[in-house]
Amino acid sequence: MKYPSHAVRIAVIFAVVCALSGAARAQSQPATAYAITHAKIFTLSGSTIDDGTIILRDGKIAAVGVGLDIPAGAQVIDAKGLQVYPGLFDAVTQMGLREIGAVSATVDSTETGNFNPDVVAATAVSPSSEHIPVTRAAGITEVLAVPGSGGFDSGGGGSVIGGQASAIHMAGWEIDEMLIKKSAAMVLNWPQIETQTFDFATFSRKEKPYADAKQEYDKQVTEIADWLERAQHYAQVMDKSSPAKYDRDLKLEALVPVVRGELPVMVFANRAREIRNAVEFCDKHQLRMILVGGEEAYKVKDLLRSKSIPVILRPMLSLPLDEDDPYDRLLSQPAELAAAGVKFAMASFDNSFARRLGQNAANAVAHGLPYDEALKAVTLYPAQILGLADQIGTIEQGKLANVIVTNGDPLELTTDVKYLFIRGQLTSLDNRHLRLYEKYSKRPKPQ
Amino acid sequence: MKSTFSSFCDKARNFGYFYLFCFLYLPLAVAAATPPDAPAVIVIQNATIFTVSHGTIEHGSILIKDGKIAEVGQTVKAPKDAQVIDAAGQFVIPGIIDCHSHIALEAINEGSVSVSSMVNMEEVLNPEDIDIYRDLAGGVTSANILHGSANAIDGQTLVIKLRWGQPAAKLPFMGAMPGIKFALGENPKRSNFSVPGQPRRYPATRMGVEETIRGAFSEARDYKKAWDEYDKRVAAGEKNLIPPRRDLRLDPLVEVLEGKRYVHAHCYREDEILMLLRVAKEFGFKIRTLQHVLEGYKVADEIAAAGVGASTFSDWWAYKVEAYDAIPYNAALMTRRGVVVSINSDDAEEATHLNQEAAKSMKFGGLSHDEALKMVTINPAMQLGIDKRVGTIDVGKDADLAIYNHDPMSAYAVVQKTLIDGRVYFDRQRDIAARPELEKEKKALIDKLKKSSDKKSDDKKPSATVPIGQKPGEKKPEEKKPEDKPKPPQSEGAGSAAGAVLPGGAL
Repeated sequence: MKYPSHAVRIAVIFAVVCALSGAARAQSQPATAYAITHAKIFTLSGSTIDDGTIILRDGKIAAVGVGLDIPAGAQVIDAKGLQVYPGLFDAVTQMGLREIGAVSATVDSTETGNFNPDVVAATAVSPSSEHIPVTRAAGITEVLAVPGSGGFDSGGGGSVIGGQASAIHMAGWEIDEMLIKKSAAMVLNWPQIETQTFDFATFSRKEKPYADAKQEYDKQVTEIADWLERAQHYAQVMDKSSPAKYDRDLKLEALVPVVRGELPVMVFANRAREIRNAVEFCDKHQLRMILVGGEEAYKVKDLLRSKSIPVILRPMLSLPLDEDDPYDRLLSQPAELAAAGVKFAMASFDNSFARRLGQNAANAVAHGLPYDEALKAVTLYPAQILGLADQIGTIEQGKLANVIVTNGDPLELTTDVKYLFIRGQLTSLDNRHLRLYEKYSKRPKPQ
Repeated sequence: MKSTFSSFCDKARNFGYFYLFCFLYLPLAVAAATPPDAPAVIVIQNATIFTVSHGTIEHGSILIKDGKIAEVGQTVKAPKDAQVIDAAGQFVIPGIIDCHSHIALEAINEGSVSVSSMVNMEEVLNPEDIDIYRDLAGGVTSANILHGSANAIDGQTLVIKLRWGQPAAKLPFMGAMPGIKFALGENPKRSNFSVPGQPRRYPATRMGVEETIRGAFSEARDYKKAWDEYDKRVAAGEKNLIPPRRDLRLDPLVEVLEGKRYVHAHCYREDEILMLLRVAKEFGFKIRTLQHVLEGYKVADEIAAAGVGASTFSDWWAYKVEAYDAIPYNAALMTRRGVVVSINSDDAEEATHLNQEAAKSMKFGGLSHDEALKMVTINPAMQLGIDKRVGTIDVGKDADLAIYNHDPMSAYAVVQKTLIDGRVYFDRQRDIAARPELEKEKKALIDKLKKSSDKKSDDKKPSATVPIGQKPGEKKPEEKKPEDKPKPPQSEGAGSAAGAVLPGGAL
């Protein structure tokens, strides 16, 4: 790891921090205040400050500006030649819920059964997952840990209602320190009309008649509606001050904030037809919909804008859905959505590839998305979409001090994160990959 | 195993849908797949040229004659009738070479036996695979098309050029050494999956993987001895000899023993890498490349000493146990220890941005810009034995080039043109310009299809009401997933049982 030579004092402290394997913070007496000086500060809330100072104190951004007084006792980081950004926010991961995809014993991302609104990601997030420091080194300071969203590791697909996603800081000795919001959204995997299935008996794909697939789809949608209606009734009954004669139902209880419109619903859907159906459904049931995936969002952009439905996009670095789509269909979609006024964030939908978040955003810029929009799509917009923008997403006085200091554009492949703060604490950039690299770099030549 | 494509066709016919599908799909494919014109002389002007062999030329030109690079420099003597490509502000690199690909194939794994050396990928080339075009649009001009990694000894492989629009017979890179894939570790021992209804097969451990390879080469050695003996006696003039029985499984292994076929070995862990090097030494053959080789950094000196190439991923990790010690510094660390390293894709999508994947070695391990660029150009060319033909921008080499709007070692660079043999096979402007017309054609065809299915709807079964837009050919067959599939799950079907349980190409 390279340390800026002009920050020797900090480097020493930093080295101590780095020496603490896995753990995020220095164990003894961490500084409570930092001053990052002479930095180019990309606030994302106002204009960019060319030679500015940020004061971080007690976990928050205490001040941002030019030539600020440095509080007594603050650790000073001279960031001349460096740039400051809000830390990146990856809005769909299975962080802490999945360690090694192929080993089910290390995977806690998806519960069995179709309706699990009561399960909460934060319960199973492993604070010592190796993915956390690896991902953090890429400048990602907070993520949404999303349960029940299917995927390669889920051992049979996601639930229909997958559980509650938790917004977490990418550092902390245990989960309470990591939590930004325990229940940030409910996961709903919108059913697909699947006319192709895989048959293990013949080990080949099987076509299912459309009518059958549609029937199955309708059944699933009806089932979701049924759950929501029961939750509605449950909420009404439980609201009554007179002692209810009903047994407590944990699943319905978990759906109450959903049907009251307090908790947003992350609706996973990609095809335009499914998105349209989901929008209609959420409208009818008065749910706060966030579209997740959205590979054909461009086909329904007017609908999404008119209903103010935000989108969390799958990685742009994915193949188009259809053979006859333009080869850059997903790469050019963000520019198209931005031009149409649809609000969107970008996410990795993964752990191992979480560090490609910036790369994905840069590729969208290469295909026409304004740079500022790309940067916000991995910082401010996910915070806004998940209702956390009062706490994170920009560099503003009073917000949580999740801040990165880089030697360049954080979306570019070759940029290094030099310092990273989570809740105002200088946080180690050491990780499994760096340790293995250093260990084997030192291997003597074999005899 | 029956190819997925033909089994799909059977099913489509069963649904009475096949002809409609052909009607809908083929005109589009043909329109997109017309081979581009090839002017005899092209000159690319005003470009920043990363030659890879002799530095960077600013405001340089490349003269292409009859598909070969005729001149490279600040100025070239271009004939008046040359077609001019003005690349002002643009960047030219040698076409990207992907040392591990599964595109352009109708099947990837013959997974029923642990030694499947008799099968050959050349026989299942699919020139209409859209991924050829997509990768071409990512600057890829040549690819090592591999079987596997279901078996300890997999099928025969070949190098192709991405000549989109040409028939299968025109895809192979003529003169490139054929290869064979080996696979070690979790995939051949089937650690992460089982086939329902089938008992576990041998090998189920890394010990068994070694013995499977040793066993096959013991047989191959005996077989070769029998043939050598026979040839010797024939040469000595003996008549009426009965030749040894031809063994299609052992023939390619004999070619390996004779140095006429490269071995590309899928591997992860340090111990299995060394195991394979020992086995190769025992039987007197060479491993040409170690593929994936995610723990290569742990035994880089041994790999370098054996003169074996390493072709790896940029930053994939943790998708299985043998990838848990994978680090993005792997390529740089092996390079520093003297190994010829390439960055490969193993995946049609990953191949569309191999330039970016190579650039990551500048961040992780501090390789220079040129060292990083080599890992997707001349290094894979050397690994595939085609470095005399491609991999640098030098006079006499094939005019396989990729032109970007920015330095390709950046995430902001987009391919503008890709040339193979001096032909422009991909042109971004042309692609974009053609889209409205293709949309129109598609719409017209769909309308026609709708009308015809409306007309016939009386005498059709319910299955005929498959909606427009649900073309059966749209989805990639499951076998086409890359063997290790750590990529973020593709959306459709990823949540289904098939998508989740199938171990991708390992079957």
